[in-house]
Amino acid sequence: MTLSLFLTQALNGLQLGILLFLLAAGLTLVFGIMNFVNLAHGSLYMMGAYFAAAVFNATNSFVLAGIVAVPATMLLGMIIERVALIRLYQRDHLDQVLATFGLILFFNELVRIIWGPASVYMNAPEALSGTIMLLGFGYPSYRFAIIAAGLSVGAGLYWLIHKTRVGMLIRAGATKPEMVAALGVNISLLNTLVFGLGAGLAGFAGWMAGPILSVQSGMGEPILILTLVVIVTGGIGSIRGAFYGAMIVGIVDTIGRAFLPTLLREIIERSLAQAAGPAIASILIYLLMAVVLAVKPQGLFPVKHG
Amino acid sequence: MAERALLRSPQAWAAVALLGLLGLVPLYAQVFEQPFYITLFARILIFAIAALGLHLILGYGAMVSFGHALYIGIGAYAVGILSYHGVTSGWAHLFAGLVVGAVAATIVGWVCLRTSGMAFIMITLAFAQMFYFLAVSLKLYGGDDGLTIAARSDFGWVNLANNTVFYYVIFTVLVLLLLAVRRVVESRFGMVLRGCKSNERRMQALGFSTVRYKLVAYVISALVCVIAGILLANLTKFASPSFMQWQASGDLIVMIVLGGMGTLIGPVAGAAALLLLEEVLSGWTQHWMVILGPLIVVIVITSNRGIFGVLAALGAARSTKRAAGHAGVRAR
Repeated sequence: MTLSLFLTQALNGLQLGILLFLLAAGLTLVFGIMNFVNLAHGSLYMMGAYFAAAVFNATNSFVLAGIVAVPATMLLGMIIERVALIRLYQRDHLDQVLATFGLILFFNELVRIIWGPASVYMNAPEALSGTIMLLGFGYPSYRFAIIAAGLSVGAGLYWLIHKTRVGMLIRAGATKPEMVAALGVNISLLNTLVFGLGAGLAGFAGWMAGPILSVQSGMGEPILILTLVVIVTGGIGSIRGAFYGAMIVGIVDTIGRAFLPTLLREIIERSLAQAAGPAIASILIYLLMAVVLAVKPQGLFPVKHG
Repeated sequence: MAERALLRSPQAWAAVALLGLLGLVPLYAQVFEQPFYITLFARILIFAIAALGLHLILGYGAMVSFGHALYIGIGAYAVGILSYHGVTSGWAHLFAGLVVGAVAATIVGWVCLRTSGMAFIMITLAFAQMFYFLAVSLKLYGGDDGLTIAARSDFGWVNLANNTVFYYVIFTVLVLLLLAVRRVVESRFGMVLRGCKSNERRMQALGFSTVRYKLVAYVISALVCVIAGILLANLTKFASPSFMQWQASGDLIVMIVLGGMGTLIGPVAGAAALLLLEEVLSGWTQHWMVILGPLIVVIVITSNRGIFGVLAALGAARSTKRAAGHAGVRAR
């Protein structure tokens, strides 16, 4: 196990963490302000990736793909919210889960009808197709770009929520929606905007992930479930929790998969390690989540309600 | 008195009629020469059993578990793995499935019940996914492709290899479990569970250790799903990670809501409705999910009472009308 290999895997973990954060932030914002759980968030991510891939394959421009895909996903999210989900805010979580489950089935099948069952591919832009030398090893510059873009979006989100008037309304709405409405704020418009923001972040993540993953039907659910692990570990409703949770889950998952099988081989018998290593590595983050919840049921960074 | 009122309600009649229809399926299969019906309806009964198990905590305890397919998977793999190693005894399959299921459900349930509401839904989903990946990584037992089972479990003189016999075994298990669930729900234990659903804090103030009750209910409901898994593996002669995919857990919830929450027979009706709907839609088009998805959304938005909930409401309306009539007579 060399240092450069370890650093590569750590960076891969960071990059997965960034993608998870982009999804978790949107999901946790929507949950925090509307007390609504949107399982179809993974579908928005998938639609973002498909929009980007479609534009990319038509125009061969990566930037244009993003310019179209992010607002398109945002718009799609707002339409879904206005047409269907707005009727479910007052219902219990069961109804919300069920309705968004129906949406997942719909979108997974819809992309199969429009783009076919096979995966769609898109490439990283020409300028980012090389590698960057770092401490004597090369790392794909596109993955660096994901990390940088994700971190700047995270910083922008922090600025939006903590330094602007809209952000203030979002924070106020998360604590006391009736009071905010009584002060004359159009809370239903605010809800739609927050939902659109979450959808936009999901679309952004889909666009970023397009060149490194295959864009296919059902790609949203594995990452959605990871996102749920992130949110529960970090503390539901907390952006800060989503950030740290995403980093922990991304890095633990990647490092575990890369090194646990080799590590086990040192400790236990080879054949047993061969069988158990990948098994344990694939469930490592769930074990981590279980331990966190056993110790702190509210997650690592619980939201403090005044 | 209550028994007689129950017999008069449309809900009870519909329940008896539904079970009667399901009990006669091998006969239709014979008459219409469609042996495929037996397999289809055996599948419906098995999912009815699983939905019945989940409904115990979802309908009466308000614990929305989005991961109960996990226990179907444990049951299926108990049959698959033991058969792979040459153990064909059905009792051994049953014993192993129930023991492993009970241990897994106790641990998973204990962690999950430390949270509630939204977090509970998310964690149950995550745990099911964990076991899914575990099954995928078991390369010895087929990994991603699943595990083929050579023959159905051997229960001595009951020959499961015969489809009709197997169908009636499943049917009997379902009826027995329906009776058992009814007893559990009406027992003191069930009252505490339903009390937790309407106001957990009050139950705690009354001195009940609510988490302990909920955990026991969770384990019981998991074991019912394990039984369903054992039957499913026997029906398909196959154990696959896909049995515990998150969609399977979602399907179980859809069945319960479709059939009607809080009614005993609802999960059976819901399982029949969903699987038959899937059968019909997939006959029309290969893209049937594009119809089913929005249909679920519409059902959730417009009504949350389900098939048997509507019948129960009808019965309640009729009995209040009758009560009002009696009161009127007395007043005169």
